[in-house]
Amino acid sequence: MTLIDKDEPAAAASAAPAPAPSADSAPSAKPAGGPLAGSERVSRREPSAVLRMSEAEAAAIGGDPQDPDDDELVLLNMGPSHPSTHGVLRLMLELSGETVLRSKPVIGYLHTGMEKTGESLSYLQGGTNVTRMDYASPLFNELAFSLAAERLLGVEAPERATWIRMLMCELNRVSSHLLFMATNGMDLGAVSMMIYGWREREEVLRFFEKVTGLRMNHNYIRPGGVAADLPADWRDDVAELIELIEPRLAEYDTLLTGQPIWRERLQGVGVINTAEALALGATGPLLRSTGMAWDLRRDEPYLFYDQVDFDVIVGSYGDCYDRYAIRLNEIRESLRIVSQIIEAMPAGDYRIQDKKVTPPPRARIDASMEALIHHFKIFTEGFKVPPGEAYAAVESPRGELGVYLVSDGSATPYRVHVRAPSFVNLQTLPHLMAGGLIADGVAVISSVDPIMGEVDR
Amino acid sequence: MTHRYGAVVGAEQPSRGQAVIHPERWRWCEAAAAARADGFDQLLDLTAVDYLTYNADRQLPAEVAPERFEVVAALISHQRGERLRMRAQVPADDPTVATLFDLWPGAESLEREVYDMFGIVFEGHPDGSRILMPEDWSGHPLRKDYDTGRIPVQFKAASNVR
Repeated sequence: MTLIDKDEPAAAASAAPAPAPSADSAPSAKPAGGPLAGSERVSRREPSAVLRMSEAEAAAIGGDPQDPDDDELVLLNMGPSHPSTHGVLRLMLELSGETVLRSKPVIGYLHTGMEKTGESLSYLQGGTNVTRMDYASPLFNELAFSLAAERLLGVEAPERATWIRMLMCELNRVSSHLLFMATNGMDLGAVSMMIYGWREREEVLRFFEKVTGLRMNHNYIRPGGVAADLPADWRDDVAELIELIEPRLAEYDTLLTGQPIWRERLQGVGVINTAEALALGATGPLLRSTGMAWDLRRDEPYLFYDQVDFDVIVGSYGDCYDRYAIRLNEIRESLRIVSQIIEAMPAGDYRIQDKKVTPPPRARIDASMEALIHHFKIFTEGFKVPPGEAYAAVESPRGELGVYLVSDGSATPYRVHVRAPSFVNLQTLPHLMAGGLIADGVAVISSVDPIMGEVDR
Repeated sequence: MTHRYGAVVGAEQPSRGQAVIHPERWRWCEAAAAARADGFDQLLDLTAVDYLTYNADRQLPAEVAPERFEVVAALISHQRGERLRMRAQVPADDPTVATLFDLWPGAESLEREVYDMFGIVFEGHPDGSRILMPEDWSGHPLRKDYDTGRIPVQFKAASNVR
């Protein structure tokens, strides 16, 4: 068994309150079995919560680590096909009885080389690729990609396009968090919640379908603007959505928030503090649950977030309950932003009138040969982007979603890298689960809310 | 100012909204530690680029000699709301660089991914194994000379049957 065997320097130790045990002292630190008291649970945050064991080693042990001090020690495989692992997450768990000691998220089951694929797609096609990464919030992927490409191009989307982007992204945050409400409920046995969450989410997706033509994987936000203008009656649709969802959120409160069973299952489970979250690279609701108010929409305003009024929701205990409450209230804040956008939406272009990046309008193609050639060129060859590198980040429902683009001056990116919040947030999992029960582990996975599409890319 | 945290500051400053420094490879960790001490409290991202087939000007400062690989890290200072990008040149014949794990344990997965995809070894990393590809995979897919494989396309008139 390989434990962390290096001395932690002062810098890392400050992030991890408990000292890292050496390989020899670890077995004695293990509990005799059964659940740990709350205070003990919080103190077991040493880096050795991470199980660093290869497949070959695990196979050699065969599920029985043979520890003379602990005859309840087992190595358990959970997933990749498991109802509570959100897709194809697999966990290697080291258990003492029902208590999780160390764990290792095993990922890559959904890896299809999307970053490599991105190198052979033009900037207009790139959106179709990145949108499939975080499939629960596809518009954010497109937005980050488009912002990075626009930074390289040195162009800026027109005002109306920017407001449309904001509207769509905030609605997407609503649908993504509703999905979380559904799965979080299901994972913890509140199965009716699953139906309700999906039901409300479907209403939002119905609006997306009307605007973009697709429920998911829209490729709607593109470098230079958006693919199409909003339908004429969008204001009514969005107002209806807000009217529909807001009272349902109050129903969720009745169903879950105040419920003693719900609280019992989530409060004090999967605790993390700010220093640990920062050290592990965690962002989004995971970081905010520790009480740190950091939201790119407010702290590094992009689009027109500095012109709308909203609150950044923070927790105080850093547990699963805080992360549930943060997401529930972020839906409310997003709806608040959306209703301001209804008022603020200006008239104008939905994409930049720059012949370099924008195809000519449909009517012009019928009338002008040049327009037809131009249209053909943009969709076959794409447009050339000046050489350089750029990083653009947006606040996705899961945290900081960044896209790092390197261009060599051709029509396809030289390198597309996506800083996927789920990928980085997943590192906190062993630390959140250590010392808890397996059943709590399910709550923890759910509250980290990983989307495996963007973890594996 | 041409130096910051003991590293050369980027030629174009700031580069599309963000500050860039180019630490030498052997000073990678020191530069990161200096930045951390100066308030850059979180490592957000770490990745690499293989410049093997890059045809344009790399736009590096005069003091920085271009190499095949570049390791890129994104840091953030929450207090100042400031970002910093570190770019280190890593030669093809010795693709190693020191790990940032001791400064930010969150570098673990990111560095494993860079090793998996580019074959760049992070010295001192607690778990230098692959993360996305199967353990027994050979080759590093995001390298530019990695053969991507093809699916044969059957067109009647296709002359380039692969």
